Amino acid sequence: MSGTSEALKTGPRAEPVRFDVEAIRRDFPILHQEVHGRPLVYLDNAATTQKPKAVLEVLQRYYTQDNANIHRGVHELSQRATAAYEGAREKVQRFLNAASSREIIFVRGTTEAINLVAHSFGGANVREGDEILVSTMEHHSNIVPWQILCDAKKARLRVIPVSDRGELEMESFDRLLSPKTRLVSVAHLSNALGTLNPVKQIIRKAHARGIPVLLDGAQAAARVKLDVRDLDCDFYALSGHKLYGPTGIGVLYGKADHLEAMPPFMGGGDMISSVTFERTTYNKLPYKFEAGTPHIAGVIALGAAVDYVDSIGLEAIASHEEELLHRATEGVLSIPGLRVIGTAKEKAGILSFVMEGIHPHDLGTILDQQGIAIRAGHHCTQPLMERFGIPATARASFGMYNTPQEVDALTEGLGKVREVFG
Amino acid sequence: MGDLRDLYQETILDHSRRPRNFRTLADADRKVEGFNPLCGDRVTVFVSLEGDQVKDISFQGSGCAISTASASMMTEKLKGKTAVEALSLFEGFHALVTGKLEARGNGSELGKLEVFSGVSEFPIRVKCATLAWHALKAALTGAEQTVSTE
Repeated sequence: MSGTSEALKTGPRAEPVRFDVEAIRRDFPILHQEVHGRPLVYLDNAATTQKPKAVLEVLQRYYTQDNANIHRGVHELSQRATAAYEGAREKVQRFLNAASSREIIFVRGTTEAINLVAHSFGGANVREGDEILVSTMEHHSNIVPWQILCDAKKARLRVIPVSDRGELEMESFDRLLSPKTRLVSVAHLSNALGTLNPVKQIIRKAHARGIPVLLDGAQAAARVKLDVRDLDCDFYALSGHKLYGPTGIGVLYGKADHLEAMPPFMGGGDMISSVTFERTTYNKLPYKFEAGTPHIAGVIALGAAVDYVDSIGLEAIASHEEELLHRATEGVLSIPGLRVIGTAKEKAGILSFVMEGIHPHDLGTILDQQGIAIRAGHHCTQPLMERFGIPATARASFGMYNTPQEVDALTEGLGKVREVFG
Repeated sequence: MGDLRDLYQETILDHSRRPRNFRTLADADRKVEGFNPLCGDRVTVFVSLEGDQVKDISFQGSGCAISTASASMMTEKLKGKTAVEALSLFEGFHALVTGKLEARGNGSELGKLEVFSGVSEFPIRVKCATLAWHALKAALTGAEQTVSTE
């Protein structure tokens, strides 16, 4: 990666001195284009983030120089690929501050990570009459795997309600925790509202009753400095592509005690130690949960992505995005008839809104014509939309490379909606 | 911004603000809900038939300007038409919004529905424009109670 990152040149690695958004932008080739004759303003980072050159170059280099299958190869390329793959696991371990790289399982993404826990942990620990606790603001990926589990086990899915501001109703949470609760699974940062949930409090209260907690970190991983040991969460799920890495790769962090006790998720190569038709012995952690040839290039590129994010610093990124969110919130609220959905005290990086008389899809099309990419829809949170009595929202979500000028372009763009709609 | 005027023509905006036949039909013979899982738009089309003819038609639901206006103008267009004529109009409308058929102006079979020709420049919005029509087709062919654009 040497010499590839403009942003890296601005300060020593461990101690970023200044947040230089222009230098960061130079690291992201895709940003420098026009859409419908206007400079691209990419504000759909909650759906997926763009990739820095450092990540793109690692992908290219892997496939042009090192491509080989990992682990059992005796030849040079296989050893290089294996070293890079396992090196990336250690990078992710440090990124999350996990106790051991055995606790880092590579999966396709957050969805697969949650499904893994629902299948393996849920399959082994949930019985008829037991309860799984989620919240109204969950992404469908943190609802449906538990519904499948509950259907199979005759268990019950309980739901923490959400207030009008889009905050978890913690008194209800307290009441919903019971001896029947087998697991709490909630978003760290809501993809539809931008609410930053009080996850430490949730974990502390659940642990006081011996209940493990899974955090859906799809949105938080790129916006919150993570320390899974400080959080004390039992499982943490994240997606590489929302963390400036490639699609098709994600991470399940799990405490080793849980992972050791859980049965495998899928059977196949790499998760096995020995096979006879009478008896198969599973591999040790983390390989027990990595059946089949993994997304080797994706893992290595994810390692490059976390290196890149670390080089900028998550605290710096968070504070930059906080400024953008504040500016955007003030800006859009100046538009007549616009209402922000999700007004929690603690928010990060995501702004959802609706405009009276104009469907979010029409907003999305009108902004797109001005080169501004936002998302319009239910954001895979239909129960939450129902809670707020709306079919959909328009959502702007920020990344480290967004600028105050881009935020202003969003506000101006929304101003033009009335020109079209009268 | 030029293309936006092609998409959001005044007639479309008018129908989206004041949708016609926006009500339930208590004595509907057929009722089908159309659903676009991508955006959550829902439209229910009610049809009452007299023999093979659409005696009355209405819709309910929530959606964007394009899907609401399309549903509204569809109901206006189809009153009194036979099922065969209605399905043929859908074919023509679908060809129009997917850019396979050009608007021909006066005297065309589609008539006012040609205001939707701008949709062909916005492929992602084709599903919005055809949601109510898909529900109508299911209602007339008696296929399903719910149709999805996916």
